[in-house]
Amino acid sequence: MVKTKIGFPSSSVRQINNSQLRANLKAATSAIREKRARVVGEKEDWEELRRKGEHVRDEILNNLDSYLMQLERSVTAAGGIVHWARDSAEANQIILSLVQGHGETEVIKVKSLTTDELGLNEFLAQHEVTAFETDLAELIVQLAHDKPSHILVPAIHKNRSEIRDLFQRTIAQGRVLSNEPAELAETSRLYLRQKFLSSKIAISGVNFAVADTGTVCVVESEGNGRMCLTLPKVLISVMGIEKIVPGPDDLAIFLELLPRSSTGERMNPYTSLWTGVYPGDGPSEFHLVILDNGRSRVLADPIGRQALRCIRCSACLNVCPVYERSGGHAYDSVYPGPIGAILSPQLFGTESSLSLPWASTLCGACYEVCPVRINIPQVLVHLREKVISQGHRSRTEAMSFGLISFFFQTSRRFELLQNIATRFRVLINHLHVSKSAPGALGKWAEARELPQLPRETFRLWWRRNRDKNGK
Amino acid sequence: MARTLSLFVSCFNDTLYPKTAKSAEVVLNSLGIKVEFPRKQTCCGQIHINTGFASGAIPLMRNFIDTFEASEEIVALSGSCTAMIREHYQDLAERTHDSGLIARTEELVPRVFEFSEYLTNVLGITDVGASYPHRVVYHPTCHSLRSLHIYDSAVRLLCAVKGLELVVLPYAEQCCGFGGTFSIKNSAMSAAILADKVGNIVSARAETVVALDNSCLMHISGALRRNNTGISVMHLAEVLAHGLEAIEGTDGQN
Repeated sequence: MVKTKIGFPSSSVRQINNSQLRANLKAATSAIREKRARVVGEKEDWEELRRKGEHVRDEILNNLDSYLMQLERSVTAAGGIVHWARDSAEANQIILSLVQGHGETEVIKVKSLTTDELGLNEFLAQHEVTAFETDLAELIVQLAHDKPSHILVPAIHKNRSEIRDLFQRTIAQGRVLSNEPAELAETSRLYLRQKFLSSKIAISGVNFAVADTGTVCVVESEGNGRMCLTLPKVLISVMGIEKIVPGPDDLAIFLELLPRSSTGERMNPYTSLWTGVYPGDGPSEFHLVILDNGRSRVLADPIGRQALRCIRCSACLNVCPVYERSGGHAYDSVYPGPIGAILSPQLFGTESSLSLPWASTLCGACYEVCPVRINIPQVLVHLREKVISQGHRSRTEAMSFGLISFFFQTSRRFELLQNIATRFRVLINHLHVSKSAPGALGKWAEARELPQLPRETFRLWWRRNRDKNGK
Repeated sequence: MARTLSLFVSCFNDTLYPKTAKSAEVVLNSLGIKVEFPRKQTCCGQIHINTGFASGAIPLMRNFIDTFEASEEIVALSGSCTAMIREHYQDLAERTHDSGLIARTEELVPRVFEFSEYLTNVLGITDVGASYPHRVVYHPTCHSLRSLHIYDSAVRLLCAVKGLELVVLPYAEQCCGFGGTFSIKNSAMSAAILADKVGNIVSARAETVVALDNSCLMHISGALRRNNTGISVMHLAEVLAHGLEAIEGTDGQN
């Protein structure tokens, strides 16, 4: 494990001690969790659907090269323009050039994790282009100069009163607000409506792109995304290379899996689908930016690559005991929670992300709910080994595990260790271990008493009582 | 001839919780099953796999295969060790490129069962004749619940225990926060998850917490004792041995 103050263990401590945050998260994740369980429970063929979803995603990942070329052809044939970006710098530059080419200094945005991954808003701001987030929760995060803390509910860490105070300060235009959800939503509506009507350019992410037809799909709950996708003259959509489905029928599988897993709804409220451009209807110019940014590297790892099946539903966040208590910010990545713990180290490989494979008890709740059956515990364990084999570990730890392996591989050596412990049993059992004890003991003693060593190991008891009797 | 099985007690129970293994023998004997303890056994290698030192698990796996190969049925006294064997042994064997070992592993793994799973699914028994007149909560440990899918086994066995009152543990399916070295590496997080588990146990007004993994129970009981709750913890085998014949040569404690 990385010996550094940067990383999940230290960044999560701040969140654990924030009782307001803990309460907000607990309320929000338990509500979504229960809703999901209810609507998933009513689908008798849920397991079959999960397997279909897994199969389609794997088909895409195993043949990504040909599906990408097919997508480019079909999008182009429908009048769209395809751009390829190897990394975030290239993607940001492509988008900036498009905006500047139209002489614009403002864009509106549909909630998009991929553009968060690019740091697009910050990049555009550096070049005097203002990006306005139009998803209510993204708007809250943007107005607060904060960062999203959940894949689906970026402002999950904030409660109503906090949002009311924020709106009062920023967009209320002098009106006095209560913390009634309807009034808060109306405040944002009044503010956003002006933007929808005046902006010439919109930027979105992509939930699915159909290789066969060139159709692009964005799902959302508010209708604000629909406004962005239909009103402006120019639409720029950014997608990771993995966001493809082969044909329209495959899309149907994910439109069942996604809403039940993410918002706990039977059907997604606003599903926008468009294929290229149509004269006189919707944007007259459509650009599709296809981004790699580390994904082909992830694809090269036979175990790690299943992380690319992810359809960003966030069910794994809502069931994770660690996420529920740390919140998203502790993961220091656009992709928090269990999926982030396997995606971020693989995609970005930053120092803080290298501690993420250990940010899990391996309880498996995430795998159980994943609609595309990503075996997150398996990938976590795989990445732990990978990070350690790259030399990111302390010498003490490597030595300890080497010694354990040596002493535990024969019963003779193992028994030797046991006998030493038993000899000092009285001493060990009377040792008062305090929090200030060094290393692992102190960490353990922070919240727990140590177990007591028994008078005799099972092995010795068996030898005395059973072997002798010839039983 | 009486049915014979081999007990895999795990390094953890062998050293810290011998009473669990003694109790398992009592229960199995009372069902007419002869229990053997192959002396060469040590550890399944789970600690190495889970912490990222998988290569260190290979010699331990080899030792496990050598030790239990001759046994017809192997019963493990830990849900997580059983899950480790089922989920990782084949992959570990394949890493060695030793075709003999791969074949032996493939042959052995299906003969390994978790204790409660063995009773209900292999023997088809739910009432072992035990009695334990106390208020009990069952904490389904993560590996037994989500890897082995044997939640029902323990619940059915507990329901059949005379006098035992099984009460609902709120959020039972949530992890206790142990996670092996997670409890050290992310100690604050582990303690936060544990505090909620303990709160739920206390709110259920339980006298005893029962589970299939003494590792999780060590962690839970560490906090129950720290907070002076007076609530005890027990492996399922110990509950099932209550009211059966006394355990020879024990002092009543571990």
